[in-house]
Amino acid sequence: MARFTDRDMRGENSEAVAGNGLIDRRALLGRGMVFAGAMSTGIGQSSAAAGAEPLVDDPWSLEFGDPMLPYQVPSKFEAKVVRTLSNPNHEPRNSHARTPHHLLQGTTTPNGLHFTINHGGVPDIDPDKHRLVIHGLVKQPLEFTLETLSRYPLTSRVTFLECGGNSAPLFSPQPLQENVQALHGLVSCAEWTGVRLSTLLEETGVDPKAKWLIAEGADSPHLSRSVPVKKALDDAMIVLYQNGERLMPGNGYPMRLLLPGYEGNMNVKFLRRIKLVEEPAMSYYEARTYSQLLPGGKAYRFYFVQEVKSFITSPSHGMALKGPGLYEISGLAYSGTGRIEKVMVSADGGASWAQAALQEPVLSKAFTRFRMPWRWDGGPATLQSRAWDEAGNVQPTRAEFVAVRGELTKPPPVLAFPNQHYNSITSWGVGSNGEVKHVYA
Amino acid sequence: MFTPKRAVLAGSLLLAVVADASMAETPHLGKPIDEAAIANWDISVMPDGAGLPKGSGTPAQGAPIFAEKCSACHGDNGKGGIAAAVVSDVKIDSISAAQKTIKNFIGNSTTIFDFIRRAMPFQAPRSLSDDEVYALTAYILAENKLIGANDVMNAETLPKVKMPNRDNFIIRFPDRI
Repeated sequence: MARFTDRDMRGENSEAVAGNGLIDRRALLGRGMVFAGAMSTGIGQSSAAAGAEPLVDDPWSLEFGDPMLPYQVPSKFEAKVVRTLSNPNHEPRNSHARTPHHLLQGTTTPNGLHFTINHGGVPDIDPDKHRLVIHGLVKQPLEFTLETLSRYPLTSRVTFLECGGNSAPLFSPQPLQENVQALHGLVSCAEWTGVRLSTLLEETGVDPKAKWLIAEGADSPHLSRSVPVKKALDDAMIVLYQNGERLMPGNGYPMRLLLPGYEGNMNVKFLRRIKLVEEPAMSYYEARTYSQLLPGGKAYRFYFVQEVKSFITSPSHGMALKGPGLYEISGLAYSGTGRIEKVMVSADGGASWAQAALQEPVLSKAFTRFRMPWRWDGGPATLQSRAWDEAGNVQPTRAEFVAVRGELTKPPPVLAFPNQHYNSITSWGVGSNGEVKHVYA
Repeated sequence: MFTPKRAVLAGSLLLAVVADASMAETPHLGKPIDEAAIANWDISVMPDGAGLPKGSGTPAQGAPIFAEKCSACHGDNGKGGIAAAVVSDVKIDSISAAQKTIKNFIGNSTTIFDFIRRAMPFQAPRSLSDDEVYALTAYILAENKLIGANDVMNAETLPKVKMPNRDNFIIRFPDRI
């Protein structure tokens, strides 16, 4: 790694792996190093305090506790761990709910916190009356119920789902002062269980002329998207369960299409109809909303893939570091084209990088948690992460990204979707006061 | 009647397109249904006009329907309100999606009919007759000066309307299609 700080070069950070305090994770495994390091930066000193308050039993240790709930909910002390709503008064327009990544850990998004976008409210579907039909260029059109699909061989896979417009505020020419939930909250990761679409298409038979299918929901916009048959036969599923329980209403109850790695809108919720066709329908969401303007006036069509991306969730915008010392930099990486191969982290705005530890197992098209120990010296720092996937794709720098995709002429409202498929590096600036802000670097 | 035996034959048809088709036994619990029974749900309209229903409408017929059922959100004469403008001369000069309009962006006229029929009015979708959908489509196209004020839109004429931006799209990953 190039360009360590002077302090690094003098050997004062013997465990340094990159500039501005990134340290070797293995160094932390030796307890002596941890204690020595903590002492030298002042963190360990409070624990050496004499005359500490004697420990006492708190009230909850001295009484019969609360009754259990049939379906338990988080502690009342976790009331801030919620999604942010774009349309809390349910005005007649679309609604988004964003995942609070800065308050979560690991790789699984709890079902109540999975992001949701609905274009016509959340339909109140009676699962016993819901039907899925597959028709068009098939040998035999078939109708399925939730009950019959539940009797098929079920498979589970962990995969992220990301709105094509996630991270769109970063098209702004200046960094919007918003947190990771506002900037990147339209991606989540769950274990989905259902039937492989190829199994159902085997039963209907598919005319070789069929190159696309139109997937349509039972929601009020009858949302429809065209999907290549190639994807349908690869890894598409009709999913019925989310993290072990039936799908959440906002996530498509009672069944949705799952296209691992493809933009969220194509993973049609409340799925009621699949029609095999020769050409794409050019429905509204593919013809307008999910086609992306490029500099010069042309536009991408059929982007589909959510490309390799990562962002640091802690520390991140809006947090305040409580004094110099040891911190863990932690974040999420994922790619719609396979497994995450590595994540590099920088604390000096990209001048030097060190490889982060990846939480096992690293699954294809799934959240991968990365972690990197960092000894903050109290000075300014710029934290970044950059991911590579197994297909050889690398997350672009912001400069590289903007050179191809452009940026807006003025800052957009944070809830707007001024463009889509933004996957470049996110930077968090740490000030000498410990405050963390969104910056471009 | 549909039988498991016929389904196996149907499956064999798939061999041509499924590279790794495992012909493992599957439950065959789908209930055969004919296209006539699906017709009320089959509202997809294709760019070549396939799926367009019978009926027709003109801009003059569409104007009062628009005023009654659409303008509350899309503004008088479609110039925009709490919902996007559907009549606009905005030119695209940045990458901002807010600039995309029917006239400067949508590549196929059939998209307009398809979306109105499946999703509008926002709080009462599927409440318009096919003639009303044709009339609204004609009204929007005429107000955008994409067809003449007296042109009739029907299954024959609508797919022939050339949208100005139709050739400005780049398929992002052609190998995925």
